[in-house]
Amino acid sequence: MLARDHFRQLVCETPFHPRTAALNQLNLWHRWRDHTVADAYFDVGMEYNAIRNSCAVFDLSPMTKHLITGPDALAYMNRLVTRDVAKIKPARVGYCVWCDDAGQVIDDGTIFHLREGVYRLCSQERQLDWLHSSALGFDVRIVEETNDVAGLAVQGPTSCAVLKSLGLAGIETLTPFGLRSFPFAGGTLEVSRTGYTGDLGYELWINPERALQLWDALFAAGADHGIRAIGTLALEMSRIEAGFIQAGVDFLPADRAVRVDRTRSPFELDLGRLVDFSKPNFTGRRALLEEQHRGSRYRLVRLDVEGNKPAKDAYIYDQRRTNVGVVTSSMWSPAAKASIALASVKMPWGAPGEELAAEIYYQKELKWNRFMARCRVVEGAFFDPPRRRATPAADR
Amino acid sequence: MKYDAIVIGAGHNGLCNAAFLARAGLEVLVLESNSYVGGAAVSRELHPHWTYSNCSYVCGLLRPEIYRSLELARHGLQIVPYGGGVTFTRDGDILGGYLDKDLKRRELARHSARDADAYMRYGRDTMRQCRLIRSLLLRTPPDPSSLRWRDLREMMHVGKEFAKLGEAGIYDTMRFYTLSIADYLNEYFESDVVKANFAGSGIIGTALGVQSPGTAYVLLHHYMGDVDGQMGAWGFARGGMGAVSQALAAAVQAHGGEIKVDAPVARILTRGGRACGVALANGDEYYADTVVSNVDPKRTFLKLMDPGDLQPEFLARARNFKIRGSSGKLNIALDGLPDFPALGAGNPLISGDMHFLDSLERYERAYDDWKNGSWSKDPYLDLLMPSLTDPTMTPPGKHMMSVFVQYVPVKVNGHDWTDADREAFKQTVFDQIARYSPNFRSLVLHAEVRTPRELEAEVGLTEGNIFQGELTFDQLFFNRPFPGYAQYRAPVRGLYMCGSATHPGGGVMAAPGANAAREILRDLHRGSTVPEGWSDD
Amino acid sequence: MTERQTVVVIGAGHNGLVCATYLARAGRKVLVVEAAAQPGGAAITREFAPGYRVSAVAHLLHLLDPVIERELALARHGLSYARSSLVNVSLSPGRPALSLDGGDVIAGEVSPADRSALQVHAARMQKFARVIARQHARVPPRLRFESWHDVLPAAAVALDIRLLGRKDMREFLRIATMNIYDVLEEQFEHAGIKGVLALDAVLGTRLGPRSGNSVYTALYRQSGSVNGRSGALALPQGGMGAVSNALVSAARIAGVEIRCGAQVEEIIVREGRATGVRLRNGEELRADRVVSNADPKTTLLRLLGARHLETEFARRVQQLRAVGTAAKLHLALSGRPQFRGLPAGLLGERLVIAPDLDYIESAFNPAKYGEFSAQPIMEVTLPSLHDASLAPAGHEVLSAVVQYAPYDLKGGWAAGKRPFLAAIMAVLEEHAPGIGALVQHAELLTPLDIEQQFGITGGHWHHGELALDQFMMLRPVAGAAQYATPVAGLYLCGAGCHPGGGIMGSAGRNAARVIAGGR
Repeated sequence: MLARDHFRQLVCETPFHPRTAALNQLNLWHRWRDHTVADAYFDVGMEYNAIRNSCAVFDLSPMTKHLITGPDALAYMNRLVTRDVAKIKPARVGYCVWCDDAGQVIDDGTIFHLREGVYRLCSQERQLDWLHSSALGFDVRIVEETNDVAGLAVQGPTSCAVLKSLGLAGIETLTPFGLRSFPFAGGTLEVSRTGYTGDLGYELWINPERALQLWDALFAAGADHGIRAIGTLALEMSRIEAGFIQAGVDFLPADRAVRVDRTRSPFELDLGRLVDFSKPNFTGRRALLEEQHRGSRYRLVRLDVEGNKPAKDAYIYDQRRTNVGVVTSSMWSPAAKASIALASVKMPWGAPGEELAAEIYYQKELKWNRFMARCRVVEGAFFDPPRRRATPAADR
Repeated sequence: MKYDAIVIGAGHNGLCNAAFLARAGLEVLVLESNSYVGGAAVSRELHPHWTYSNCSYVCGLLRPEIYRSLELARHGLQIVPYGGGVTFTRDGDILGGYLDKDLKRRELARHSARDADAYMRYGRDTMRQCRLIRSLLLRTPPDPSSLRWRDLREMMHVGKEFAKLGEAGIYDTMRFYTLSIADYLNEYFESDVVKANFAGSGIIGTALGVQSPGTAYVLLHHYMGDVDGQMGAWGFARGGMGAVSQALAAAVQAHGGEIKVDAPVARILTRGGRACGVALANGDEYYADTVVSNVDPKRTFLKLMDPGDLQPEFLARARNFKIRGSSGKLNIALDGLPDFPALGAGNPLISGDMHFLDSLERYERAYDDWKNGSWSKDPYLDLLMPSLTDPTMTPPGKHMMSVFVQYVPVKVNGHDWTDADREAFKQTVFDQIARYSPNFRSLVLHAEVRTPRELEAEVGLTEGNIFQGELTFDQLFFNRPFPGYAQYRAPVRGLYMCGSATHPGGGVMAAPGANAAREILRDLHRGSTVPEGWSDD
Repeated sequence: MTERQTVVVIGAGHNGLVCATYLARAGRKVLVVEAAAQPGGAAITREFAPGYRVSAVAHLLHLLDPVIERELALARHGLSYARSSLVNVSLSPGRPALSLDGGDVIAGEVSPADRSALQVHAARMQKFARVIARQHARVPPRLRFESWHDVLPAAAVALDIRLLGRKDMREFLRIATMNIYDVLEEQFEHAGIKGVLALDAVLGTRLGPRSGNSVYTALYRQSGSVNGRSGALALPQGGMGAVSNALVSAARIAGVEIRCGAQVEEIIVREGRATGVRLRNGEELRADRVVSNADPKTTLLRLLGARHLETEFARRVQQLRAVGTAAKLHLALSGRPQFRGLPAGLLGERLVIAPDLDYIESAFNPAKYGEFSAQPIMEVTLPSLHDASLAPAGHEVLSAVVQYAPYDLKGGWAAGKRPFLAAIMAVLEEHAPGIGALVQHAELLTPLDIEQQFGITGGHWHHGELALDQFMMLRPVAGAAQYATPVAGLYLCGAGCHPGGGIMGSAGRNAARVIAGGR
């Protein structure tokens, strides 16, 4: 329980803050809800290249975490999210979304099946109200544990080698979405082969008391493998290249939407694969079945945009110059060497291969230009190296 | 002397109305019975060098469209947001409503982790209701019993705004308008102090308890405002609430309008079934084809008019108009800044609004006292020290405390307020404050005690109701003030109503005055000078 | 479909029986399962002391839909009235008894102004109540405005209001959400008139006269008719059980099978569809449709389970306000009680102990804090005066609805029942000195008893507070207001649905129409 005078500390520090602060030569920070995290440390480009070329370390401690236990934990998880949680075996992790009654996505996140019947749900937003409301009639215990678990994303081609040097024996055999515990400094270190970069990578979870020890050991182990602390700006680049969506950017969380019609269903976010109608009832099931029958309103597409101008916030038009959507995330991809974008377009537009146009405004030396860029709907990630899935994981 | 229009009462709505009429080129005269303008939006020096906003005390609902259209900034008005709010609990803790949203959530989580997250849902749902009502503020309510094109079109507009909510949203809205604030809060929160913290906005200024159905709606009268686009935010008018009135008065004069103070209107004159002017208490008469009353309907129709000019049925409506006083106010000059130890040194909430009821039950019991004819023994206070935000209110280092008190009856156990009652009432409030601020009493230099009686005597609000009429659905929108008379026109031709007793109601919003001006100009076949409401999308 | 569709109805309360009968008439094979040993739910007559019988919960019939009465030929099935219209008698010590029959003053000292105001008020309320009554037989519209199909039913409601005429429409829209206190204060001087009229607004609700929306509950109560007389209060011959008996008889003739002593433990769901029920003894009954006459919380949260529902919907059901405040008192009396100032001829009428508005409000205040009224309000009847079958010769039965007795009493009813009974008897003694000495046996049913004996959540007669936030398309909750629940094949037909509680049958009939008309 917080002290009454917690107002004195407006912004909290993560367990790794002493190290990240020392490294943050740019002194660039932003608030991730309660905590302050680095935008960038030294140079965004170098940090991005650490993700794609060597080993990048990102402090994801502020990620919201809920622990779900109790006799009905599995049944409850299955009622909560749209995918079949029974298929996520112990020591496995699954990406998931959950919806409101109308089948509109509230948030996306990852389910960590820590032990038989013990789940950790990681998400962008805090969800206690929704999690408790969904628990009516289930014998489960739901505890928010965001500040009880410190987390580091260790991502990039040499990340496996770094972890090996750290002494995590056999880590290379951990398959994607696998989860394994290792003894560390008298406690336990949990490692999952997960990430938000679309590259080979891991996420490390530890008791905050041992956080600094982990950081130091990790950076010592990574010294010869190009390890580098990265901030949110570099991470953002890699997640767009991977084609991942972000709450509040690529979709509006349904439980925050004041205006109707601003929200999206899993189908409309290209996450239909996460909806399993063959499992027992889940919130949104009836609405999503109806949507499947009636057709979706929108579709999330990945666009390969002509030229080299980022299509930030661009309107999307079809061949007849009808406005059919808007770009939600965009960037120049150093890995794909292309201008790429995620966009939400109205159905029936956005079929794979379709040619659309983005209305791009950009400026060079304060002169603004407008450019109708042709763009093509592509499938899958913009950058998807084989090392991301290969097991055993390569060293570089 | 003949004018184009006479406005009775220089309250903020009367001034706003006069300003828009003057801007349309009308020769306008505003008559005010007091020696100062402003009605209940005034700054008064009742203790040397201390400025009291002695009636209304904060500003958040003033429509920005009007602010901008009448160039109130140029006429000297400046609104300064203030810093959050706090509820003190009996066990020595607080629930702080910090401005920073993360700080606020962490603070809620100290009392209930679930409630901290539920607050997001509460905010979303309440904002949905705010959006609906905001779209109706600067519009004239339609008459649902009419088949005139204009009413049908306006009904269509309302229907469309409803349809925009979506099916589920419509059901939520129907429920919202009929729920009590207690039931509404129960649907979101589990912690009593959290509920208590939000409950005050459901009952301020009304003669209703937190369990009375219909109080959820009242919440909107405190949430639908904004300061610079920050919805639900409140601020101080720099220099006190009188600054709002002064700016409006300056706008009237800038457009050539005339304002006379110390000019109490005694009668509204009629000739041939239409209003033709007013007679003052001293016998002076002023003539105009348009007479606008900013005075509440009971006073307008039962005191200023000859009953023979009105239908008995209409008079019954006026008599039955619900305008019960339920609140009082203490304005206190302080020799220094009082301590509130529970806040902790350096807490920014010292400059926010403070409340001392930490459970719904205490609220409801406070209401029961009022129902039983007495002021609440454990009252709801809305306490602010504007001098912490506005340096013009007191000498440096000194402070002013504005204490809104509810519930306070119009009569005490059926008899008029006596001086002894007032003193006992003051002590009740002092006791409440002193419980949380040990050095408060020792700092008091002067205290003005206002009961509904003072509000009626000085401002002219019947029974001292701060909203010029209860905010229940039977007196809202097309029912405000009376069914069939919600379009600012009185039953006598040439006579209009522009006070808070008309749509959209009270709270220094100035929308009633502006809406009335639009209707008057329409009847006069003049182009409207009144701005349209801004879209929220 | 060649095979006959099968339907299982949970609960043989009056709405369940009505629904079952209409479905059987529409060609369905219907089985009604009832937990109690006898059908009738809360509409039964039972022996509460040797030789004394009484209507166990509801004791006055005033809302039974005449269309149902006719269509099911209830008279032919044995329903008759010991009295078809009781008049109201307001009791107040120190004031001559005041007796009202609709807009007429039958006894009492009433000023001419009040007499004419009463005529006007009664006529207007009657007119407004007819608007409410017209909605009873309709399935509430959905407000989604996607097609004319959705708009027309909503427009029909608007038209009903419109057809009141301009003046009454305005008045209707003004008072619809008001409290009864203000409406009565606007019109009357006589405290007793206001007391009697306010009682009708608060009986069976968690409202006081000063609570907003209590005009609506008053109108609702007036929206029925008996023998073509609207707003009438009737005593069925043989007590309320006679209504159920007639319904059972009509149901059996229609081919409905009724199994008593069969408590449903669970509604079975397969692949998102209700496929039957499991009884407490483990037996499973399969059916194409499951219809529940149990209250919405029991049906959806206990028998079905929230896991089969969406989160927000389940939350709405959980938040449904269904906390009873009305208790029922039954006294076996060894003789006729004497009420002060009451002419003997009026003893058999509806005796109201609610002498003025503030008395009622004061009785209500404690309920807000989970306390019972120290001086409760009461609706007292002596049915045995009209129906000799209810008590031994020369003896009488007193049946009273007593408020306020909040279900969620602080300290619990185990400790609270005895002092509450004492408080009630003290009030009765004041009005009828010597009544205590006549009492052979007293039975007090608190809302907790009603919950336990009749399986109604919160012991609330109406299966959910009757209030504007829980009416029509909001009853019981949005998403289940058209009798169909989100779970395919599962329907509601009880008082928790539109139009609400009281022995009425409309919910059952409307539900049957939806089910028979559905795919």
